Amino acid sequence: MANMNMIQALNSAMDVMLGRDPSVVLMGEDIGYFGGVFRATEGLQRKYGEHRVIDSPIAEGGIVATALGMSVNGLRPVAEIQFADYIYPGFDQIVSELARIRYRSAGDFFAPVTIRTPCGGGIRGGQTHSQSPESIFTHVSGIKVVMPSNPFDAKGLLITCIEDDDPVVFFEPKRLYNGPFDGDPNKPAVPWSTHSKGQVDEGYFKVPLGKADIVRAGAAVTIITYGTMVHVSVAAAAALNMDAEIIDIRSLVPLDVDTICTSVKKTGRCVVAHEATRFSGFGAEILSTVQEECFWALEAPIQRVTGWDTPYPHAFEWEYFPGQARVKAALKAVMEPA
Amino acid sequence: MTKKSRLHLPRVPARPGEKPDFSYVQLSPAGAVPRPQVNTRARDMMPLSVELVRVLDDNGDAVGPWHPHLEASDLQVGLRHMLLTRTYDDRMQRMQRGGKISFYIRSLGEEAVSVAQGMALRPSDMLFPGYRNQGLQVVRGIPLVDLMCQLLSNTRDMCKGRQLPVMYHSRANNLFSISGNLATQFPQAVGWAMAAAIKGEDNLAATWMGEGSSAEADFHHALLFASVYQAPVILNVVNNQWAISTFQGYAGGEQRSFAARGPGYGMAGIRVDGNDFLAVYAVTQWAAERARTGGGPTLIELVTYRGAAHSTSDDPARYRAKDDAEHWPLGDPILRLKAHLIKIGEWSEARHQAMAAELEAQVAASWKEAVSFGTMTEGPRLDSDLMFEDVFKEMPQNLQRQQALMRKERNS
Repeated sequence: MANMNMIQALNSAMDVMLGRDPSVVLMGEDIGYFGGVFRATEGLQRKYGEHRVIDSPIAEGGIVATALGMSVNGLRPVAEIQFADYIYPGFDQIVSELARIRYRSAGDFFAPVTIRTPCGGGIRGGQTHSQSPESIFTHVSGIKVVMPSNPFDAKGLLITCIEDDDPVVFFEPKRLYNGPFDGDPNKPAVPWSTHSKGQVDEGYFKVPLGKADIVRAGAAVTIITYGTMVHVSVAAAAALNMDAEIIDIRSLVPLDVDTICTSVKKTGRCVVAHEATRFSGFGAEILSTVQEECFWALEAPIQRVTGWDTPYPHAFEWEYFPGQARVKAALKAVMEPA
Repeated sequence: MTKKSRLHLPRVPARPGEKPDFSYVQLSPAGAVPRPQVNTRARDMMPLSVELVRVLDDNGDAVGPWHPHLEASDLQVGLRHMLLTRTYDDRMQRMQRGGKISFYIRSLGEEAVSVAQGMALRPSDMLFPGYRNQGLQVVRGIPLVDLMCQLLSNTRDMCKGRQLPVMYHSRANNLFSISGNLATQFPQAVGWAMAAAIKGEDNLAATWMGEGSSAEADFHHALLFASVYQAPVILNVVNNQWAISTFQGYAGGEQRSFAARGPGYGMAGIRVDGNDFLAVYAVTQWAAERARTGGGPTLIELVTYRGAAHSTSDDPARYRAKDDAEHWPLGDPILRLKAHLIKIGEWSEARHQAMAAELEAQVAASWKEAVSFGTMTEGPRLDSDLMFEDVFKEMPQNLQRQQALMRKERNS
């Protein structure tokens, strides 16, 4: 075991897979010689060569399409889209092609492509470097969607995704790259070395898809969340001294409905929290499922904590970000419905 | 009067009721275009992308440096594949009109593109076809029954009822799944070729799209990545003049040939008479050798004419001159190869009639067999349970539940 931040854990996952499987290749903008704008691929081109860690043109549509073509020819490409905000030029190749190859060819062709992409705000990125577009992808049949919240999961999930025979969009909450972030930008940054999930096995290991993680067991209320909001939720519940059960779903597709519903049936109260915008957000899917499955166990209306339905504004980042205040308000509302 | 900018709208030479006019098609005489060495730098053979490579002249003779000198038996096979493609197309068109299949796309007049190119490549080369390349399926020996079962979405459909007719695939024969969305296959083929180069294999990828699709970003991504990585890929733009009702001028063909995009991206570009079997074969063979010897990609523009409607849902009489096809200056690919074979004493009208009758019978017999596996309206049907398979390798819980609900709904 070693102390790793999330960047190091992701780097380690790719290092392990490049070493284990000659069909694994990396591709993306600035990822090779330079090592990536967030340093996630640092040193890998030097170690594995320019034919396996490939610098690409600035063309996300071309990156996704050629990764698909490579995967049909027996490779396992891991494509980096530099920011999730830049993924849209590749959207057609993801939605109409990557997600459909297996289906339309009745399983004769498949496309084991992993698309890594940093998402989320809190780094002064403005409206083009802060988006959380996960629900745009969860709405598409045939693509898996994953978002880790810590270094251990990031590595184990990424290895699982690379070995998966289906395409995956792997979102990395970039505010968590260097440490767990509880939503308060005024506190000094906390490194991952202070967190148990900053201890990561240096070798090969997997974290399964479709299996949620109960971050904190509790009896009073269930908070269902993922990404950066896991840490904000933990802090908010602690500040209120509330016995919350906090579930990090980790993979949105496939979704671990059993863990979610077992918990809500136990606590009778539910808050869903994500950083992405509210309207048609992934929280609506979770909320709807909880309502269908757990209605008779619910003691109060389900609460949603999200970003506002606006673009991510540069000057009002912390008014936009769903910080502890918004989570606390939801927890109070779900405990004491009007 | 001061000059002002004015929105230019590409001219369509002949609308319904007007006289066909193909004066805009720049022709070169057969045999006139030089054949460079396959390792020539792209910048040193720019004229190849604007002139027109032709081998068969108007007398049915094969002339000039691009003459591929194929065996007569190969030419006879090519003629057979082209005629089978057309016979199949004609029959499937009739079956669609008779309500047996929902949709069909013919390749009338473009048969030399798929057949000559398919024959010039190796079976281990990966093909990423568009939806008007049925000749590739014929060359690769896909049984007509298999193709027909796909059209019928029946119990033997290779796509298990999930794809619109003509979106075939064959993993065993290196024919990639046809999307139905335009142009997406182009950069995918480049990725496949990049992987071949990464693995050090000498297989190449070839892909096809219409000139109308070259307006899509995917076309440009394909050329860029192919050029940057010098991928062993052959990128084919079939310029059949029309994309449904969109004339090639609206894809940018008025100002510059499509082949000239190749040198624009730093790769070889060749403009070829797409109705000349020998010329199409020769340029494809040239591009394949170039790719296999590390010379990188080639963009080939195949100049041809869409003889039929875009699809069975289209009526070209509403937007182009009715007798356009008869005035097309590059003729008919089947008639031209037939004339050449007769000219060199390797074919006859009688043999042609006999082959046509044989192919008609083959297509009819295949159809009879295909419908025994079901049609849209009668006979056995695919189990609708299949709808939920292959979304993922393993069926997730939500799909299992929906499958159970659908079964209940079906049985209620």
